[in-house]
Amino acid sequence: MRRAIYNQTVSSILYNAHSRVFGQWRTTCISIWTRSGTNRISGVQNITKPVTIVSAQINPDNFLTELLAANRHDPGQLLQCLHAIQYRYSCIPPQAIERLASALGLTRAHVESVISFYAFLHTTPRGQFDILFSDNITDYMLGSRELMLWLCERLGVEPGVPRADGRVTVDITPCTGMCDQGVSLLVNGIAVTQVDDKRVVVIADLVEKAVPVEQWPREFFTIQNNIFRRDRMLFSDTGKGEALRALLDNGADTLLDVIEKSGLRGRGGAGFYTALKWRICKQAESDTHYVICNADEGEPGTFKDRVLLSSHSNCVFEGMTLCAGIIGAKQGYLYLRGEYLYLRGQLEQILAQRREKGLLGSNILGQKGFDFDIEIHMGAGAYVCGEESALIESLEGKRGIPRIRPPFPVTHGYRNRPTVVNNVETFTAAAKIASLGVDWFRDMGTVQSSGTRLLSVSGDCARPGIYEYPFGITVQQVLDDCGATDTQAVQMAGAAGSMIPPAHFERRIAFEDVATGGSFMIFNQQRNLFEMVLNFARFFVHESCGFCTPCRVGGSLLKDLVEKFYKGHASRHDVEEMKNIGALMQRSSHCGLGNTAPNPVLDLLEHFPDLVEQHLSRDDYEPAFDLDASLQQARMITGRDDEGAHIR
Amino acid sequence: MTYSGTIKIDGRTITFEQGDTIMDAALRAGEYIPHLCHNPEFHPHGSCRVCIVEVNGRQASACTLQAVDDMEVINQSESIVEQRRSLLQMLFVEGNHVCPGCEKSGACQLQAVAYYTGMLSPRYTHFFPRRPLDASHPDAVIDFDRCILCELCVRASRDVDRKNVFAFSGRGINSRLIVNSPGGILGNSDFAATDKAAHVCPVGAILPKHRGYDQPIGERLYDKQPVSIVGDVAAHEQDET
Repeated sequence: MRRAIYNQTVSSILYNAHSRVFGQWRTTCISIWTRSGTNRISGVQNITKPVTIVSAQINPDNFLTELLAANRHDPGQLLQCLHAIQYRYSCIPPQAIERLASALGLTRAHVESVISFYAFLHTTPRGQFDILFSDNITDYMLGSRELMLWLCERLGVEPGVPRADGRVTVDITPCTGMCDQGVSLLVNGIAVTQVDDKRVVVIADLVEKAVPVEQWPREFFTIQNNIFRRDRMLFSDTGKGEALRALLDNGADTLLDVIEKSGLRGRGGAGFYTALKWRICKQAESDTHYVICNADEGEPGTFKDRVLLSSHSNCVFEGMTLCAGIIGAKQGYLYLRGEYLYLRGQLEQILAQRREKGLLGSNILGQKGFDFDIEIHMGAGAYVCGEESALIESLEGKRGIPRIRPPFPVTHGYRNRPTVVNNVETFTAAAKIASLGVDWFRDMGTVQSSGTRLLSVSGDCARPGIYEYPFGITVQQVLDDCGATDTQAVQMAGAAGSMIPPAHFERRIAFEDVATGGSFMIFNQQRNLFEMVLNFARFFVHESCGFCTPCRVGGSLLKDLVEKFYKGHASRHDVEEMKNIGALMQRSSHCGLGNTAPNPVLDLLEHFPDLVEQHLSRDDYEPAFDLDASLQQARMITGRDDEGAHIR
Repeated sequence: MTYSGTIKIDGRTITFEQGDTIMDAALRAGEYIPHLCHNPEFHPHGSCRVCIVEVNGRQASACTLQAVDDMEVINQSESIVEQRRSLLQMLFVEGNHVCPGCEKSGACQLQAVAYYTGMLSPRYTHFFPRRPLDASHPDAVIDFDRCILCELCVRASRDVDRKNVFAFSGRGINSRLIVNSPGGILGNSDFAATDKAAHVCPVGAILPKHRGYDQPIGERLYDKQPVSIVGDVAAHEQDET
C-alpha cells in the first residue's frame, strides 16, 4: 500500500482512496484529525511545552493543607477542592492530584476521572488568563466567533491552545447565561459582557501587560438585569422572613397545604407539583433530610435564575429555608453553575446577613430546634449536572452521571437521604406564596399552570432580557413585546426544547401547551436554521456524560450527519438515518439529556420540510466523507494537481 | 417471607421475587433478554441499553426496572429488536471491532448478541478511534479498541477485588477506561490474573496472555449455540478458572 502512494499514476491515487474506505487502519488518523478539528469546543489540550504554574507565591502545600482543612477532609468535597485549585493555579497540578487522593482516601484514577469530567478543570495549565467566549447560538449570531478569532490573532494564539509563555488561553464554552448582554466571555471564571471590537483591543492589551483581572475596567464586568416586563413575582418585595414567620405561626402542615393549593409546579421544566415533592420527602423516614437548590442554569438561552440570584436571592434562600422547615432538613446546598462564579461573593454575603438576622442558622426566628444552614457548591462546566440526580452525584464530589431512577432523590437523594431538589424560580415562588397567600398566586395563569413564568428572551429582537408573564400567554405576544419582527422560528426551552414555527405562534406558554424552562430564543428570516441545529448538536456531543450508548454514540453520529447536511451533502437516506437515530435517542437513553438531545434536529425536519428539501443533495447516496478531499494527501505526496488527480 | 408475583414477557407468564428487576426474573425463568453490561453478580448498571423493553408504552432497561405484579413486558417486538440492532451497530462503529482478527471471536458477547439480533452490517460511519494497546502486565493485555464501556471490570475490581484498579475518564464520546497506577499502565497496578476483574469482560478488551487461540474457532462458546441458550460469556469464564 505504501508503494501505491508513491506510484505517480491516477489509478494509484484511486487505489489509495479506496484503501481509505476499506482499510480501516489507514483511515484512522484521517478520521481523528477531522473530528478534533471540528470539535474545538472540547478545548483539546495540545500543549507542547509545559508552562510554569501561575501565582505560586504561596506554597501549594500550605494552600492544599488549608483547603483540605476547610473542606473537612471530606471526599464529598473533592469537586469543591478541585475548583479552588483550578482557579488558583490555572490547572490541577500532578502533586495536587496525589495529595488530594491520599488526603481524601481516594485513588488517583478517581481524582483524574472527576477532573476529566468537568470542562472547567484541567491537568495542564491554561495560563495566567483563561478566556472563554460564550458559544451559544445567540452569541454566535452576535458575532462571538469573529471576536474570539480576532482576539486570538491579536494575542498570537490558536483557539484552545495555551500560549507558550503561559500567559493566556482563548477558547469557547457553551452558553454562559449572558445572552442578553451582547457578546460575553469568561476571564478566569468571571463574566465580561458587551464585548465588541474596542473591548477586544483593550482586553488584548491588558493580557499582554499582565494586568490582574481585579484591575480590569469595572464596566467590563457590569451585568444588567434587563427586566422588561414585571408581573407579581418581580414586583413583590419579600424574602425578609415573612414566609418563615408564616410557617412558625401556622405550622408545617398548613404551609404545605398552602403550597399545594397554590398549584405551584417545578420551574425547572418537568413541572412536578412542588407540594407533592415536599410531602413525599417529608414522609420518607430518615435521620436526615436535605434541601438542594438547582442553580445550574445551563440550558442554552436561559438566564432568569441569574437575575433572581442577583436581585432576589433573599427570596431564594427563604424558599429553601421554608422547605427545610416543612420537611425537617438541617442542611441545604445551592449548586451554582461555574459560569456564575461572579455571584458567589454576594450570595455568601446575603447568607451571612441572614444568619445575623436569625433567618438562617440555629434557632431560626428564635424557634428552638428550627436549625438550617445553606452552603454554596460550585459546578465546573457540565450541563448534565442540571439533571437532579447528576447534580447530586456532583454535589457528592463525583462525576455527574445521572443515577438510575427510581429510586428518586425525594426518597434517596444526597448521601442517599430524602432530598428535595428544586429550581431557583420554584423556591422563589414558594417563599412568595407562603407570605402573600394562595390567591395572590393562583389567580394568575391557567388552571393547570398557575402563577407566572420568567422568560429569558434572546436572539433577534429589539429588547433581549427578562419578561415575566402569567402562564397562558401566546408566543406571539412575547414576540410583539420584545420587538421581534420577521420571525422565522422560536426555540423554546433551550437546546433540549422545541422549535416553534410561525404557524404555532398562537400557541400558549403553559405546561399543558408549549412547556418551557424559561429559554426563548428568536430567529428571524435571515437566519440559517441549520446553524442553530448544528450548534445544538455539537453542544450535546460536548455535554453528553458518555454513560449510555444512544446518547454517547448516537449523539455523535447525529452531529456528523447534521454537519453533512449543513454542507449540502446529505441525501434522503441521511435524513432517514437522522430520524432513526433521533428516535432511538429519545426512546432508549438513560436520562433526559439523551432523550431530548435530538429534538432540534427532529423539529427542523418536521416543521421546515421546504428548507430541508432545499438543502438536500440531489444524489440518493453520498459517502460520509469527501472523496476528493481525501485524495489531498496523495496529491501532496505525488506533487500532482491535474484534473486526473481529482474526482469530479 | 419473600413476596412473589407474576409478570408477562411477550405473553409468557413468569414469577418474580421481591426486589427483582425484570432482568432478574427473566434470567431465573430462562427468558432471554439480550444484554451486555449486565452481569447478575453485580449491581445493575443500565448503560449499554441493549436490554431495553417496552412496559406500558414506555421503554426502560430490563436490568434496572423493578418488576411489579401483572406488568406486561414486550421483549421481542419489531421496534425493540430494531433499536437493539442500532445500539449494537453503534457499539461496533464506536470502537475498532475486527471480528476475523480477534482472539475473542466466537466467545464474544457483543458478537453473539449482534448475531442474535440479526445485525448484518455496522451501518453507521466508523469512528476509528486511536486507542493504544496496554500489554505491560505479565498475565493480561488490555485492547482498548474492543472496550464497550460496560464498566464490569470497574465494578468487579471495586466491589469484589477491592482494588479499584479501573476507573472511567473523560466525558461523552471521549469516555475511556483508565488504570489506577503510576503511568496509568496495567503492569504498574496491583491487578492479578486471578482477579474477578480479569474474568468479567464481555468482549475481548481484557484478555489473558499465554493462551491465545487454545480453543479453535468453530469450537468456541457461541459457535455451537446462540447466546440466548448459552448465556453470558463471563459465566463460562468462571467454569474455566
